[in-house]
Amino acid sequence: MTNNPPGGTPLIVSSSPHMRDDDSISRIMWTVVLSLLPAGIAAIFVFGYYTLFVIGLCCFTAIVTEIVVSLLKKQAAFAMIKDGSAIVTAVLLAYTLPPGAPWYIPVVGSFFAIAVVKHSFGGLGNNIWNPALAARAFLQVAYPVAVNSDWRFFSDPGAANVLKNIARIGENGSLIDAVTRATPLAKETGAELYNFSQLLIGSVPGCIGETSAIALLAGGLYLMYKKCIKWYVPVTYLSTVFVLSIFLPPRTVTPWANNPFYHLFAGGLFLGAFFMATDMVTTPLTKKGMIIFSVGAGLLTILIRFYSGYPEGVCYSILIMNTATPLIDRFTKPRLYGSKSKK
Amino acid sequence: MSEQSNWKEFSKGLFKYNALFVLVLGICPSLAVTTSLKNGVSMGGAATFVLVSSNFIVSIIRPYVPREIRIPCFIVVIASFVTIVELMMKAYLPTEVNASLGIFIPLIVVNCIILYRAESFAYKNKPFVSILDGAGIGLGWTLSLCLVSGIREMFGAGTLFGLKLSGHYEPASIMIMAPGAFIVTGLLMGLFNWRKQRKSEKSMKVYMKND
Repeated sequence: MTNNPPGGTPLIVSSSPHMRDDDSISRIMWTVVLSLLPAGIAAIFVFGYYTLFVIGLCCFTAIVTEIVVSLLKKQAAFAMIKDGSAIVTAVLLAYTLPPGAPWYIPVVGSFFAIAVVKHSFGGLGNNIWNPALAARAFLQVAYPVAVNSDWRFFSDPGAANVLKNIARIGENGSLIDAVTRATPLAKETGAELYNFSQLLIGSVPGCIGETSAIALLAGGLYLMYKKCIKWYVPVTYLSTVFVLSIFLPPRTVTPWANNPFYHLFAGGLFLGAFFMATDMVTTPLTKKGMIIFSVGAGLLTILIRFYSGYPEGVCYSILIMNTATPLIDRFTKPRLYGSKSKK
Repeated sequence: MSEQSNWKEFSKGLFKYNALFVLVLGICPSLAVTTSLKNGVSMGGAATFVLVSSNFIVSIIRPYVPREIRIPCFIVVIASFVTIVELMMKAYLPTEVNASLGIFIPLIVVNCIILYRAESFAYKNKPFVSILDGAGIGLGWTLSLCLVSGIREMFGAGTLFGLKLSGHYEPASIMIMAPGAFIVTGLLMGLFNWRKQRKSEKSMKVYMKND
């Protein structure tokens, strides 16, 4: 509403908010996609071109599912695709899949993530769990053989040496052809197989997007620079894991069990800390809440890695903390300005 | 009683008061035994038989049962029919079905659907209508069990009634495990609610138009 007083500047009367940011869902989402690129490129170098096919299949299924669901809900399909959230979910899901996943795993997982985890709870902004992680957990139970043990070995020249090292471990010196393993964190591992340069670059077995620590770190720092994620979430998460892995006694004693750096760089911790625990929808709103969330996730990660049957606990730890998010939000509700605190 | 209302007493159990998806009763057996279509059909059939017969008997003995002890009386009636069903199933059904239904057949005695219909319908109505009501609710529950178990068996084992559907299907074992029961039941419940919502929205629109 503009009133033009005679001889004065127009007075603009409007309701709040008065200050606007040019942030939008699509801007944030495409920034996230961009920050995920280095890890994807590293994965293609390490595991071969098949990973590109897996990522593409995830994106394709996610987009098709998104279109079908939005038609069912009678919403504009194109706008939903353009905001990029489906692509982010699809890429994140692809990054948590094994590099040799058969075609139906990305298809089923992407469909489950978009249709069941996201849209049946009300669409973007209303989902309780991170769609990519929930789909990954679903796939892990649905296709235990294909997700947990059927792994393609990586194809770069450096891998050959690692392979030789593993082969030497074969019983009484006999050579075994290849070892397929899901993660460097596997508890059956007798020795510390991978040195830190390998873990940094990513030439170790693992899910598509989780192996290359340096690429994930680059993406995460870019997100911090763009202010899409809060720096204290990954920092708290990583440091909780770091500290706890020094002090807690593991159930299965492996040479790397109490090596904090190994726990940071091996497995999916970087992917989880930078891209999953910072999801805006499924994590707490306040700073205090976010810190509680990441400490809890770090604690659960180490508990699962040390005391459960699974070698890796990032996925479940974040899912469990997602479940606790409404509770955390309730307990960390900030005091209204001007009101008295309860005590 | 007119023809119309008899049909209504029967058909309300199918969709409007569907035991599993609308009333959310009998959840425990619905989640536990729906691992295959065979189990779903047997469980539904057993419960429907007990429901119809107990509704009939409760409605007959209604004038002689004092209000204070009606629940024990219902339980005695239901328990007798459950015993009949259990012995019959042991005699005539294949062993693997009996084994997988297991404890859930004796537990029909305390199935809330059957007690609920005895208490809220058969105890207040005439025998014939009570039979119709029991048959409707029982059939509705059986159908929803078939739906849940059919979907779970199809996706979880790639079979239907034990027959292989396609040669190239990789079964998603989560569907015949416990999480699959919750996922399928929850999604179907959501579908029912969505349908109901759309119906009420439509009737609202008609109402607004007429206004």
